[in-house]
Amino acid sequence: MDLLTVAFVSAFIAGFLAASMPLLVASLGETIGEQSGVLNLGIEGVMLFGGYAAFVVTLATDSFAWGLLAGAGVGILTSLFLLVLSVLLGLNQIVIGLAVTLLGGGMTSVLYFENYSKSTPRLGKGSPLAIPGLSDIPVVGDSIFSQPSIFWVVLFLAAGVWWLLTKTNFGLQIRAAGQNPNSLDASGGNVVATRAVAVLLGGFFSGLGGAYLALISTGTFTPFMTQGVGYTAIVVTMLARGRISWVVGASLVFGLSVAVGTVIQLTSINLPTDIIKMFPFVVVIVVLVLFARSAYVPPALGLPYSRGTR
Amino acid sequence: MTTTETQGIEARGPENSARPASGMGRRLAIGFIRNVLPLILAIATSGILLLAMGKSPSFFYGEVIRFGLMGSGWQRSLVMLAPLLLYGAGLIVAFRGKLWNLGYEGQYLLGGVLVVGLAPYLTQSLPLVLAFAILMLLGAMAGGAWTFIPAVLKARFGTNEIVTTLMLSFVGIGITNMLIRGPFQNPDVTVPQTQVMPLDTMFPKIPGSKIHIGIIIALIVVLIVHYVLTRTSFGLRLDVYGASPKSALHVGINAPRMVIVLFLASGALIGFAAAVDMLGLWGNMRANWNPAYGSEILPFVFLARLSVLASIPFLAFYAVLATGGALASQDVGLDSHFMLVVVALILMFMSVIEYIGMKRDLGQSYLPPGLRKALASLLTRRKARNP
Repeated sequence: MDLLTVAFVSAFIAGFLAASMPLLVASLGETIGEQSGVLNLGIEGVMLFGGYAAFVVTLATDSFAWGLLAGAGVGILTSLFLLVLSVLLGLNQIVIGLAVTLLGGGMTSVLYFENYSKSTPRLGKGSPLAIPGLSDIPVVGDSIFSQPSIFWVVLFLAAGVWWLLTKTNFGLQIRAAGQNPNSLDASGGNVVATRAVAVLLGGFFSGLGGAYLALISTGTFTPFMTQGVGYTAIVVTMLARGRISWVVGASLVFGLSVAVGTVIQLTSINLPTDIIKMFPFVVVIVVLVLFARSAYVPPALGLPYSRGTR
Repeated sequence: MTTTETQGIEARGPENSARPASGMGRRLAIGFIRNVLPLILAIATSGILLLAMGKSPSFFYGEVIRFGLMGSGWQRSLVMLAPLLLYGAGLIVAFRGKLWNLGYEGQYLLGGVLVVGLAPYLTQSLPLVLAFAILMLLGAMAGGAWTFIPAVLKARFGTNEIVTTLMLSFVGIGITNMLIRGPFQNPDVTVPQTQVMPLDTMFPKIPGSKIHIGIIIALIVVLIVHYVLTRTSFGLRLDVYGASPKSALHVGINAPRMVIVLFLASGALIGFAAAVDMLGLWGNMRANWNPAYGSEILPFVFLARLSVLASIPFLAFYAVLATGGALASQDVGLDSHFMLVVVALILMFMSVIEYIGMKRDLGQSYLPPGLRKALASLLTRRKARNP
């Protein structure tokens, strides 16, 4: 089989974007949270809630934009669990995170079973935001520049998060809350409020990531559809150490490893689907083994702040 | 961070978790509030959710009790309990050392698939008792081996074990499915599944019941683990390490070795649980099968305050809830994942009640300081306005 046919390359790029974009969005959210010292282990659950909400709203309104907004909104709502229980009350972030993951998986699959298990509806394709001129480029143009408009929004959001974390006063406060909350407190900042906003922003992005996965990557919602994307986002975040360029890069590498698997299935190479499904996680483990020392987390990550303790 | 500030999942034995209380009644009341109230609140809240979905909660929970306890239900629950006890002990060993082994699903499935895939050959060529012993050892070794990479990374570089165990869990699930579709595929069927073990090569039943001897094996092993954790110097060193790795260094505990030992023991117990489950109950494995016990028993090992002995009644409660719940869900037309919701609610209520208890211990206000100040200023401002 010729590896460089138009259809082939287009499928490769499309699969690559479908896998890497939701991960990128979720990782942006996780990055903001982790930089502020809050480990959101419930991201998997938040993504499922966001994906389900986006699916329901898009089915009802027939609009991808409303669906994505609903996903992001529900992401914010579900991150309230983490906000109230872990940030405000200082309860163990790992336990609460696991609880949110279980709740998200359980609730969405119960609701899906109740409402859609008989009809299993699917969504159409989002209306692409074609860039004049660029989308006429053969092969590459078709798959990159005709992506539904959210693709461009994602890149814009990544730039926005970079600007927020590195160029603004609030970004500095977020990083201080994760690095040394005592010094933030001493300099007149409010650790709890900073973390609260960071958690809500994280919820926004995680919900949006779930919505992207449901609406654009797969075009439907299925129970437990995230299949570890949320956890992968946590790994991406830890490897990136808060640098957005690394978040983008790592997400793209992950997407690439998924796309390679998908494309291999199209060729005559007979590889079991189990290997293909496993491949991205093997890549992550290999990266972790090779760069174990660079998987770094902010010193105050996971610790509730209480004034006067050290 | 002082130790009293950390939440209630750290290594605290059952004997020192209760506050100095005056009377027996008071101690019992506190134990009830801390350990049983979260269960009641979670069941009540999930009942409200059921109502919202137009199902009758009383009927649902009646069915749970009917299927989980009545008739032969208690025997089914006990069969389910056998692997859960070992599984829970595996989680407790790691959690006591503050190591988050969250890769339990991969460890369980890998142990299980090796046992169930090799069992047909071993049980035919070897005396049954010897075959069982080898298979159980094999399951334990597979589960333990799957924690090795996270353990070394954690011990050597301090790499966060949550991400490494989770990632390896997905890889373990993939390898399990490959083994089922590949070398262990039952040649007689096209469905991807392993050969079905003949009933007479599985664990014998306790005479006069449907319960296999796995529950006895599990109880013995779990009691040994409890003894090691509470009555030996290793158990003490583990608790010191879990309470503070830094002070463990000062009393001469080899921290990297401790991390590796705890991880291997944790994975081995989980793989052992899989072996007991396979040899006693299932006898074969289908591709993409994943019972995912681990996430669902998490709250119960926390409620047991990470005490292996105390985990027995809690896990028994879960076994009844899960056995009955699976059938009751079918009865009322509910997705069986509803149990996940109940479990998540237990975790949340448990954490909140633990928080309130901790604040009580310290004699502090139940409200976080920021909120209290805000409320106080609201009240005083109002007073100032209306003198």
